[in-house]
Amino acid sequence: MIELAYTRAADPADAIRHAQNEDAKYLGGGTNLVDLMRETVEVPSVLVDVTGLSAEIEETDDGGLMIWAATRNTALAEHPAVRSRYPMLTRAIVAGASAQIRNMATVGGNLLQRTRCTYFYDTDGSRCNKRSPGEGCDAIEGFNRNHAILGASPACVATHPSDMCVALAALDAVVHVRSTSGERTVALCDLHRLPEDRPDLETILEPGELITAVQLPPSNLSAQTYRKVRDRSSYAFALVSVAAALELDGDAIADVRLALGGVAPKPWRAWRAEEALRGQPATETTFLQAADAELAGARPLAGNAFKVGLARRTLAAVLQQLTEEARS
Amino acid sequence: MRRASLNGVRTLLLKGESFVPIIINGREASAPADARVSLLDFVREHLELYGTKKGCNQGACGACTVLVDGERILSCLALAVQYDGREVTTIEGLADDGALHPLQQAFIDHDGFQCGYCTPGQICSAVGMADEVARGVPSHVTADLGATEVTLDHDELRERMSGNLCRCGAHNGIVDAIAEVYAGSGA
Repeated sequence: MIELAYTRAADPADAIRHAQNEDAKYLGGGTNLVDLMRETVEVPSVLVDVTGLSAEIEETDDGGLMIWAATRNTALAEHPAVRSRYPMLTRAIVAGASAQIRNMATVGGNLLQRTRCTYFYDTDGSRCNKRSPGEGCDAIEGFNRNHAILGASPACVATHPSDMCVALAALDAVVHVRSTSGERTVALCDLHRLPEDRPDLETILEPGELITAVQLPPSNLSAQTYRKVRDRSSYAFALVSVAAALELDGDAIADVRLALGGVAPKPWRAWRAEEALRGQPATETTFLQAADAELAGARPLAGNAFKVGLARRTLAAVLQQLTEEARS
Repeated sequence: MRRASLNGVRTLLLKGESFVPIIINGREASAPADARVSLLDFVREHLELYGTKKGCNQGACGACTVLVDGERILSCLALAVQYDGREVTTIEGLADDGALHPLQQAFIDHDGFQCGYCTPGQICSAVGMADEVARGVPSHVTADLGATEVTLDHDELRERMSGNLCRCGAHNGIVDAIAEVYAGSGA
C-alpha cells in the first residue's frame, strides 16, 4: 500500500516546511491532482493542502489587482473589478471546465495543472516522455488532433490546457512565489517552460516552491475579450483560443495584447503578431498578416494541421470584433 | 467520535485521525483516516448514502455533484479529508421531512430522467446553479459582464448545466424541470 500523508497548511511558511519532502505535492481544489493520483501519473507521499491560505483579491497601489493563490476560479471570474477592468479574464475562466470544477479549482492550481494529452494519462499502454523521461512519445505518431502546433519538440507535443492562463499571459500577469530561500516574482509568460528535451520539467519553479499570488498590472486596454473554439459549445478543452486586448488611435492600432491557447505547451503570448500590429491600420489584411507572422513557426502534426488555419481565422476575427468595439 | 472546535484545527492524518466532523445532510461524520478516500466514496461506501452516483470518476460527467456550504462541486475529485468542518448536502438531504424538494417534483412532472443515474447530480447541480444565478455569477453566454442580475433564459440554463451529462438524452425534460422552478424568478 502506498502511504499518503495529508496536512493542511496554516500559512505559506507552514506549507513550504511540509513540502520539503521530494514526494510532496501542494493540493488545491484537487480537480487535476486527484485525477492524476487516481491514474497513478502522480504518486505523492505527502499532500500539503493550501486551500486554507489567502484567497483574497486586493487592489494594489498602482491600480492593479493582487489575486492570492487560493482564490477559487468562480470567485475570480465573478469579482466586480475583474469583470469591469479585466473582462478577458472573466471570459477565459467561464469558458473553462464546468461550474462545479470552477467552484473547486484554485488560481495557483490552475497555473500548475498538467496537460490532458491522453497518452500522458495512459500509464499502462502508452509511452510518454513527460511522465517517464526518455521513454518516447506515442502522441507524435498517434492521435494528435488536440496537440501543439507551436513550441513543441521531438520529445513532446502536449498542450497546456488552461484558459485562465491564456488571459493572464495577455494581461502581463506576474506570479509571486515563495520558498525556504525567500520570495521572488516571475512573469506568467516565463513561468512555464517549453518541452525541448525535458518535457517533464514544466515550469521554472524549484521543488517545494509555492505560488502565493498572481498580480495583475493596471488594465489600460478597454476593448478585450477571450474567444474559445472547441468541439462542442461548452465543457471542452480548446482547439484554439485567443485572448486579446486592443486600443485604437484613429484607424491605427495604438496598442495590442494577444495570447493563444490550445496550440502550444504553454500559454502562448503572440509577441510576433503584436509586433506586426502596432502602428498599423486596423484592417483584416493587417490582422491576417499578423496571424501569419505568429504562425510562421507552426509545425503541425498529421492530425492537427487544421489548427494553423483555425488559429489564423480566429485571431483575425477577434481583432475585427475588438476593432468594432473600440470604435463604438 | 472525537470533537473539537470547527475553526482553526489543523489535522495531520499521518496515522489517521480527524478531529473535526464533516456535516453530511445535517449529521456529523468523522472524516476518513485514509487521505485518498474521495468525498464520493466517503458518502457512498462509508456512510451508505447511495444517492450520489459514480459516473466517470474523473470529473467529466457531473453525476457525483454535491453541495458544500451551498456550492456545487464534484465529489469524485474532492478528497474527503479536505472537507472536515464543512456542510455537505447530497440528494438525500434535499427533501424536507419527506416532502420532495420542488426540483425533485419538477423532474418527475417533466420526465427529467430515464434511467435516473445522472438525476441526483443534475438536481444538486441545479440547486447550486440557482444560488450562482441569484448572486449574479456570469457564464460563458452572459453578454454583459457588467450586469448584476442574470436572467436564467434557455441558453443560460443550458450553459450553466453543461457540467452534467445525461446519456439517456433526457436533457429537454431536465431543462424544462429546472426552468419551471428557477427560470424567470431571477433564481
